Amino acid sequence: MTLAVSGLSVHYGTLAAVSDVDLSVPDGEVLALLGPSGCGKSTLLRAVAGLEPASGRVCWDDVDLAGVPVHRRGFGLVFQDGQLFPHRDVAGNVAFGLRMRGVPDADRVAELLGLVGLSGYGRRRVHELSGGEQQRVALARALAPRPRLLLLDEPLSALDLALREQLAMDLARVLRTTGSTALVVTHDHDEAFTLADRVAVMREGRVTQVGEPAEVWRRPVDEDTARFLGCGAIVPATVTGGVARCELGAVALPWADDGQVRLGLRPTALRPAGDGVAGEVVHRVHRRDHVRLQVRVAGDRLVDAVAGVADAPAVGASVRLALDEDGVALLPPGVSRREW
Amino acid sequence: MARTRTGLSPGLLLVALVPLGFLAVFFVWPVVAIVRLGFGEGGVLAVLGSADTWQLVAFTVGQAAASTVLAVLAGVPVAYLLARTSLPGLGLVRVVILVPFVLPTVVVGLAFRTLLPDGGVLAIVLANSFFNVAVVARTVAGLWSHVDGRAADAARSLGASPLRAFTSVTLPALAPALTSAAAVVFLFCATSFGVVLILGGSRYRTLETEIYLRTVELLDLSGAAALSLVQLAAVVAALSVGVLARRRRESALRLRGRASVARRPRGGQSWAVVGAALGVVVLLLVPVVVLVARSFDGGFAGYRALAGFGHEGSLQVSGWEAAANSLRAATDATALAVFLGTLASVVLVSLSRGRVRRGVVETMDTVLMLPLGVSAVTVGFGYLVTLDLLPGDLRTSPALVPLAQALVVTPLVIRMLLPVLRSIDTRLRQAAASLGASPWRVWREVDVPVAGRSLLTATAFGYVVALGEFGATSFLARPDTATLPVAVARLLSRPGELNNQMAYAACTLLVLVTVAAVALVESVGRSRVVEF
Amino acid sequence: MRKVLLGVVLVTSLTACTLSAGEPEENGERRVVLVTHDSFAMSEEVLDAFREESGITIDVRKLGDAGALTNQLVLTKDNPVGDLAYGVDTTFASRALEEDVFEPYRSPAADEGSQRYAIDDTNRLTAVDVGDVCVNIDPAALAARNVPEPASYADLTKAAYENMLVVEDPATSSPGLAFLLGTIASLGDGWREYWMALRGRGVQVVSGWEEAYTQEFSGSSGEGPRPIVVSYASSPAAEVAEDGTPTTKAVLDTCFRQVEYAGVLRGAANTEDARAVLDFLLSPEFQSQVPEQMYVYPARSDVELPETWQAAAPLPESPAEMDPAKIAENRERWIDEWRALVPG
Repeated sequence: MTLAVSGLSVHYGTLAAVSDVDLSVPDGEVLALLGPSGCGKSTLLRAVAGLEPASGRVCWDDVDLAGVPVHRRGFGLVFQDGQLFPHRDVAGNVAFGLRMRGVPDADRVAELLGLVGLSGYGRRRVHELSGGEQQRVALARALAPRPRLLLLDEPLSALDLALREQLAMDLARVLRTTGSTALVVTHDHDEAFTLADRVAVMREGRVTQVGEPAEVWRRPVDEDTARFLGCGAIVPATVTGGVARCELGAVALPWADDGQVRLGLRPTALRPAGDGVAGEVVHRVHRRDHVRLQVRVAGDRLVDAVAGVADAPAVGASVRLALDEDGVALLPPGVSRREW
Repeated sequence: MARTRTGLSPGLLLVALVPLGFLAVFFVWPVVAIVRLGFGEGGVLAVLGSADTWQLVAFTVGQAAASTVLAVLAGVPVAYLLARTSLPGLGLVRVVILVPFVLPTVVVGLAFRTLLPDGGVLAIVLANSFFNVAVVARTVAGLWSHVDGRAADAARSLGASPLRAFTSVTLPALAPALTSAAAVVFLFCATSFGVVLILGGSRYRTLETEIYLRTVELLDLSGAAALSLVQLAAVVAALSVGVLARRRRESALRLRGRASVARRPRGGQSWAVVGAALGVVVLLLVPVVVLVARSFDGGFAGYRALAGFGHEGSLQVSGWEAAANSLRAATDATALAVFLGTLASVVLVSLSRGRVRRGVVETMDTVLMLPLGVSAVTVGFGYLVTLDLLPGDLRTSPALVPLAQALVVTPLVIRMLLPVLRSIDTRLRQAAASLGASPWRVWREVDVPVAGRSLLTATAFGYVVALGEFGATSFLARPDTATLPVAVARLLSRPGELNNQMAYAACTLLVLVTVAAVALVESVGRSRVVEF
Repeated sequence: MRKVLLGVVLVTSLTACTLSAGEPEENGERRVVLVTHDSFAMSEEVLDAFREESGITIDVRKLGDAGALTNQLVLTKDNPVGDLAYGVDTTFASRALEEDVFEPYRSPAADEGSQRYAIDDTNRLTAVDVGDVCVNIDPAALAARNVPEPASYADLTKAAYENMLVVEDPATSSPGLAFLLGTIASLGDGWREYWMALRGRGVQVVSGWEEAYTQEFSGSSGEGPRPIVVSYASSPAAEVAEDGTPTTKAVLDTCFRQVEYAGVLRGAANTEDARAVLDFLLSPEFQSQVPEQMYVYPARSDVELPETWQAAAPLPESPAEMDPAKIAENRERWIDEWRALVPG
């Protein structure tokens, strides 16, 4: 019960959308394909589904799926914008896959509608639903025939933020409850980390890193991955005895080995404190649960920092910034293309 | 992987062979043969070089373009009425606007001569548009009823006037259907024969009437061949314009359910458009009402005579038998055309969904349309010099009637189906496939239901065109298989009051048969096809 | 969905049925394919009687008007579309003969009057009927305007008949062409001046017989504005009041003779039976039905016209005639000249 992709490439003319990708998704695992737009993650997903002609191998339990058309793969598919059948009602959409397998089952339809929180919506016409409801129906539709693998292509990105967070939690719950094996394509790390057991980071058609969310979050393999994962500044540092030191100060990283490294700093890596690097607030934006600061430090450099809503310093104020472990990622040593 | 790099499967190629094979045997081969025969006689260049020829071209294209513009202007409000409003009686409007299509050209010609005694060009243009308003209205309505109106709402909110929102948002969304309809109407008008002959005489001649005269009356095959080539070139040019226009607007639309877009008209502008549409419908019905009224000139004498065989046996069939013949012949032709047209549309849309070069698809599309733009006489005379090589010698066989009619109806079916099929998001089909639907099943479960309404419209249209078809039928039908239009023409070509009354009674019968047949097709279909 | 498929299957099989119903092909049946023009008509009884008597079934195929018929015969002469053709007329006979479409056959029945109209002595074409084109008038309408009935071509150019005549365009209409040929046959080179004069008197030109007769002519059911029209010598037989008196009249000195011929096609599949059918076309049974079925006059001299015809539409005695070869040679040129003279 394992999806194994090896040496998979997809070419559009001379352009390689996906190059030589190896991946595996074991039974019951949710793997997120995370990457910026245009990195080839959707194409990879479509190739797995059998929708893109590709070279290389896509195997299920060591059986090569080349020659197995989409409809025989038993992979469920959820698109960004639902793609519900406009000529069928909600129940008709959910029942579709069961009908294709010749096992219409009204109870299963009701069960799935219940699972996605849409009990009693069966007779509704799909165009009467909101975007979030449509995505829930799409999810129920894909899950109803108990697919071997669920493929989700940016399932939440067409929704507004509040809805997205709610649905991400619901989706995570549904995936866990149903024990689904799933491949989720997303460009949003929050979404990836909410949903996935493991994350595969893609860039320019290649998978650059695969690992558990916390691992990928803490140890991006290279500068581009770090920047994609939110690190605005990358600075050289030395780790000694679980403490990393750089020009912006020291931070305790008990999980880090001794030696030369680079630190990737997310905005949350620097917070106002009683002690630390001195600087002047030049810009300040209020976010939902924190205040985002831009601070000019020695050497005329601008760094990002965050402060609590209650005690955020004003523009022009002098502050001292201290490093916070939560916002720090660890990169192997090397020369960064740019530090700030 | 399963599919080849082009997205072309052997099955699809096989499917493509059916309509293309039909086209090759019953169109390309005969036309090429007769044109070659003309070339053999020499003198083609002389005709091509004559100023007279180019005058013919100018007039043909000019009147067809003018008629098309008029038909589009009149048809779009009617499309709005059918697609975006919910008013009582729309079902009837949907059906009756098809009536002009079946009226025998001689009857329409005579009617327009009465209305515009000195009409000339104006009468020709009006008559041609009269026949074709329904093509525009129904084709455009087919798409319009599924276009999401929120884009236009957005434009309004950005400060666009209703007109501006229509021209800058709605119209581009409708472009695929509009260009499709316009292409068909242009071809119909460019090759319109009966009314041009009646209203234009030898004063206003088109390529079509000239090819007819040269071929049929003068047997001047070289002159006819030259003109046929010119006609073909003009048609290909017109179709290419259509293709280029479509190219700019080939996008998957966001289709919406019908119920969500049809509402009672609100506001002055909306009612103004509805008023215009109803005006067009009334104008379309004027000639129909006039001829129905004429059929009662002698009380019910004409109708009583329909049960018999006409004045002193003008007909070998009774009016009722002729009606039955009409229905039978139209059923054959429509079934064949819907079959061929659906296959061709499936192939065309599959090709453009696959990674086939756009030019290939467009060329095939254009070729499939050609039968609408080439003179029926050229094709008919082509049959004479080719079809005896096929088993069964179909040259003068009545079995050729549905085949010849299907040749004209098939492009119509394609033009009505393609815009909707093309507007179906590929991912909708992929979703179905991922749920276990085989490619064949995807067609049945997604494309057919979504395009169902258009398929119905196409079927109804095919039926109407076949019911009204005159040229091929009058040549090929046996006296005892005469259809209503043939009977009408025959009755009108004879002196005597009763024959005349009977002709108009037969015409009225034709109208009734048409309305009944179309209503039946639509209601049967509607109970099967889920409205969305 | 399944029901729709079922429907498709049903329709398809229906199609097969209706298509095949068009071909009554039983084994051993003697069949003659008669190709003819679209005005052909004959009562079922007469055809049935012939089948009973001879064992031959006539399969009628209509190929358009006389011109279309002739030209299709020419085009298919190497592999004819039928066994026998009927409907080639004076205007097109010459082309058919030149192209050698027909093979000689002298029907024994031809001596009963048909020979009067023989085109040459090769016996390839046999006259079956005569359908003269004449000016028709509406006497009541003329009387109402206090003008006498015109009696000749020359009368029509008189001031009294200003704006009264409607004719068909010879380029698009066969009676129109016949009338033009009549003026040429009667007036010789003077025909051009004659048409100039007609033009001066407001002659109306329409493209076909239906427009001229049923719409413009006052004597028909259409009750149009013009009391003089180019139509057929036989037309008045159809315009008879309830008391039996004719309401229109043909002007017998303005007639042009159109003979319609039949002939056995060279290379016919069934020559022997085709000859029998040609004999049948000249039989009294067929010939006596010709007036009422096709509005033409029988070629046979021993067949009586129906009573209404004797009163309303007698056969013109001295119509204008023209050698088919001369027609073939000059037709296009005359039409072009006419077009230049008379604005359509």
